[in-house]
Amino acid sequence: MFFPISGAHISPIYLVIVGFVIGILGGFFGVGGSFIAGPALRAVGLDWNFAIGTDLAHIVGKSVVAVRQHRAFGNVDLKLGLIMAVGTIGGAEIGAQLIQMLKRAGNVNLVVSLVSIVVYLSISTFMIWESRKTLSQTRLPTGTVKGATAKHDPSAFKHVTSRIQRLKIFPMITLPVSGVTISLWIILLVAFVGGLFSGFLGGGAGYIRMPSMVYVLGIPTHLAVGTDLFEIIISASYGTFTHAVKGNVDILIALVMHTGAAIGAQIGAISTQYFAGPKIRLAFVPLPLIGAAIVIYTLVTGHKL
Amino acid sequence: MKKETVKTLRAFLIELVIYAVLVVGYFFLVLHFLGEGLHQLEIRHRYTYAGVAILLMIGQAVVLQNVTTLLLRLIRRTQ
Repeated sequence: MFFPISGAHISPIYLVIVGFVIGILGGFFGVGGSFIAGPALRAVGLDWNFAIGTDLAHIVGKSVVAVRQHRAFGNVDLKLGLIMAVGTIGGAEIGAQLIQMLKRAGNVNLVVSLVSIVVYLSISTFMIWESRKTLSQTRLPTGTVKGATAKHDPSAFKHVTSRIQRLKIFPMITLPVSGVTISLWIILLVAFVGGLFSGFLGGGAGYIRMPSMVYVLGIPTHLAVGTDLFEIIISASYGTFTHAVKGNVDILIALVMHTGAAIGAQIGAISTQYFAGPKIRLAFVPLPLIGAAIVIYTLVTGHKL
Repeated sequence: MKKETVKTLRAFLIELVIYAVLVVGYFFLVLHFLGEGLHQLEIRHRYTYAGVAILLMIGQAVVLQNVTTLLLRLIRRTQ
């Protein structure tokens, strides 16, 4: 199929399959899946600028589907999502400025590659340690996890989370949906860091925001997944608009990819109801590792996927 | 495997097949004709294109979700 905006010839079946896989990941883990979508578009000959911009557009649609699904299960904290969007947009802008600085210095590829490897490996290592420790300490329910059982989310990192929640820095924000009272500044800081990674490493940065929401803010995993997706709608829309203005979005490719993601996201979101929080976190571990493997491959061989 | 899980999996598989047929029709009937118009918009009015792109994405997302939900509901009712 010919896509006139980017001038690319890509099989729609390939795009639908890529969208479907990323849709499942997004619905289940609350991540945009940009570390897979970007290389997958690049692999079929799309220029990097179109791969990044088009992926962002596709993330908007996929997140809308997943959020509607998560809302139906009561997994979205709108108040938290809106507050976080403010911090994310600020962080994304700073991240983009850092990239511009590195670009001018001429070492953007090396620095970004090294930072992403360190970040991805650290997240995976920490989540393996935490979720395994929690699973060994707690007896989790089997079968469908719904209602109060789903909100009960044990964590081996709980003592640190409680200490963060006890920091009384004005103004304190109560989040009734998440069952948390926490300083506004801590929420903004978590969102800002997520945005910084989004601007610096690309995509929605759900791989860092989702774990931060669970371990730093103390949001139950199911709610962190849904709220992260809601927040991604706002930040990815912002990213899509700016990239489209710069001529980096082929919306037709995004629309075709999204037809696969729509059904994948539904399957992913429904699947979260069958797993307890620590199991979702343990299953999340391979995702940053895949990202790290792709970056190491491109760094060592100099090839693009 | 539990009876309920088998039922859900079967419903998903039937939904996937029907959905695939609908999506193929959508490619040829809608996206094929939309292509040239969007291309012209992208060349001549970038800001409008950016807004239209986001609206198209969100609109498709909402419509497809309703289609998949409706399909799943219909399949489950007939099982």
